[in-house]
Amino acid sequence: MLQIISLLMENKAGALMRVTGLLTARGYNIDSLTVARTLDPALSRMTIAVEIESHGRRQLIKQMNKLINVLQATDLTDGPSVTREIVLMRVRAVQDVRTAILKEAEIFGARILESSIDGFALEATGDIERLDELINIMRTYGDIEVTRSGAVAVSLEAKKLRLSPPIYRSEAVVSEDKNGVV
Amino acid sequence: MSELMSGAKILLECLGREGVEVIFGYPGGVTLPFYDALYDNPIRHVLVRHEQNAAFAAQGYARSTGKVGVCCATSGPGATNLVTGLVDAMMDSIPIVALTGQVSTKLIGTDAFQEADTFGITRSATKHNYLVKNIKDLPAVIHEAFYIAASGRPGPVLVDVTKDVFMGNAYHEPVNAIHLPGYKVYTEGHTGQIRRAAQMMLEAERPLVYAGGGVVLGNAHEELRALVELLDVPTVCTLMGLGGLPSEHPNFISMPGMHGSYAANMAMSGADLLIALGVRFDDRVTGRLAAFAPHAKIIHVDIDPAEISKNRNADLPIVGDLKNVLPKLCASVQEIRSDTGSPERPAIKRWWKQVRDWKVEHPLEPVFSTSEIKPQHLMAEIDRISQGKAIVTTDVGQHQMWAAQLIRYNAPRLWINSGGLGSMGFGLPSAIGAQFANPDQLVFSIVGDGGFQMSLPELATLMNYGLPVKIIVMNNGYLGMVRQWQELFYNNRLCSVTLDSFPEPAQLAGAYGFKGRTVEQPAELADALREAIEYNGPYLLNVRVTPTENVYPMVPAGGAINEMVLGPVQPTSVA
Repeated sequence: MLQIISLLMENKAGALMRVTGLLTARGYNIDSLTVARTLDPALSRMTIAVEIESHGRRQLIKQMNKLINVLQATDLTDGPSVTREIVLMRVRAVQDVRTAILKEAEIFGARILESSIDGFALEATGDIERLDELINIMRTYGDIEVTRSGAVAVSLEAKKLRLSPPIYRSEAVVSEDKNGVV
Repeated sequence: MSELMSGAKILLECLGREGVEVIFGYPGGVTLPFYDALYDNPIRHVLVRHEQNAAFAAQGYARSTGKVGVCCATSGPGATNLVTGLVDAMMDSIPIVALTGQVSTKLIGTDAFQEADTFGITRSATKHNYLVKNIKDLPAVIHEAFYIAASGRPGPVLVDVTKDVFMGNAYHEPVNAIHLPGYKVYTEGHTGQIRRAAQMMLEAERPLVYAGGGVVLGNAHEELRALVELLDVPTVCTLMGLGGLPSEHPNFISMPGMHGSYAANMAMSGADLLIALGVRFDDRVTGRLAAFAPHAKIIHVDIDPAEISKNRNADLPIVGDLKNVLPKLCASVQEIRSDTGSPERPAIKRWWKQVRDWKVEHPLEPVFSTSEIKPQHLMAEIDRISQGKAIVTTDVGQHQMWAAQLIRYNAPRLWINSGGLGSMGFGLPSAIGAQFANPDQLVFSIVGDGGFQMSLPELATLMNYGLPVKIIVMNNGYLGMVRQWQELFYNNRLCSVTLDSFPEPAQLAGAYGFKGRTVEQPAELADALREAIEYNGPYLLNVRVTPTENVYPMVPAGGAINEMVLGPVQPTSVA
């Protein structure tokens, strides 16, 4: 089953590699991964969709939480959450199906970005399954090209974020005096 | 106060503030500015002969003292040579900081001379790693590295520093506070869980303490002893936990696992409560997980939440530092007892009798012969000299198992071996680190003839620094453990396990300027060991032992730990 994991992490070089490294080291293939800055530019929010059996999942979340750059890793698979994806698509359409395509787009709430003699460029958002459906339908009208964003998700639960306070190096200062090092 | 300093100087300044006394390392192109700054710095640098051994020596220092060990290597091959030592430290949770040089920032990614993606390569080999491209980041990074290495579940941290950072200049403001908002260390233990655990301990009829490396790493040996004595409960210590409870303590039942004792494994299998302290239910301890401690409820105390229920589900998990949790457990036990009194517990008495019977039935005992030196005989002799007090380092394999089974360790941090990763070549360089940290202590490096030859270049380091490490080569002419498996599980089709052409020890040691000798006769062993110890300096004692001796008891791979093969003749309880 596809699992959705949400991570809040420091926006630092290498942080992404640490998270994906945990997955690849266990032989998991990432279905999708999105990452972007949060309101606080020092932090990023990452959403990962990945196929993992349920036992491995708990262990993996713990391992992610152990990463120094990760502030919080949350499993959104079972809890209340919303997952959305955006799809950009070009549909090659001959004259006689153009109206049908526009109707379908309307049903799925997709927006037409561009229209040309060759066909349309569309944008649609929705949950993963609904976008799968849209893509399947559009395929029946002609050749399509699709770019999907990957899942982005937000938890609907208020989860307490525990951050570690700064650590003051009092012992180290003592040893400094002892060694006579300035 | 702030003055203009080079990055190399700032780095050394920060190391000084962390109390670093010694760096084990090997210089190279991009670390030249660092070594130039080291020239007139009080921190000592020990020149090893291979970077892998710098990491192992730093581990020997860390394992024998509890302080953070430091190693250093140049970019490219220097850094890649460190990797085995880092993974080894990762597996055994040993606090070391590795400093590596990196090519200049503007050259990164150009396949420059001696460039390697050290940051990427060591990502999974470390607890955390850094690439420093800006001199302003350097002080905080160094202090973070030491803090991360030593706190929580310890581990290796690597700091990769570009040459331009070493060479650049900045006004150095000492950093006194570090910010690691995502780094969580849970030390106290949940009060309610602790009380429930105490209750379970008092209700159990067949309790067993299963103590591991966490006791040693957390310096919680006295606290462990207090709990064990308060509850009067039998205790097994894992390979990493040896010395956590003194080997001579009446409650100590020896080591469990693949080559654990009969009593320890039977106790694990028979217990109704396992008090698991700083352990990770490693496969070498549990054997077939489904059959491991089938009757036991599990109390699992560990500082790393990811260890809880990783391999075996914990009925009562406590996340915390043993140093804090164990005294609280003791207090809880006493509190409950003062409320309820301490009623007679006939079940516990029966359990103790059972455990003692197991110990008597199949004790771990040395084997002797008059015609050849048995490896167990060698360990018994070393034990007689050590009396539970010497530092013993080993590689991995048969000699390691016999040294774990037959030598006493009456204090933590005496027994130093590569447990989780099982790295050959660990014994000699780790002894260098341990001897540096403990100049007045007797240090044995017990190695096989295979692993010894992997670290051969470090003989020069021993001589160079006058380190009186006593190298005891348990020489059976084979890669013994692999040979044992080929004999037992591959129809004795011995393939690439014969180690011929072992160098003549007196000549080998002599070439480096110290003394060596071979001993083959059992009657001469004690005398040879005495000579080694009395010799003022390093000593290489090559002990020719029975070539085909096997380590027993043995739990075959995939077996349950109570299904031991006890000796060469009768596989008693094996189906």
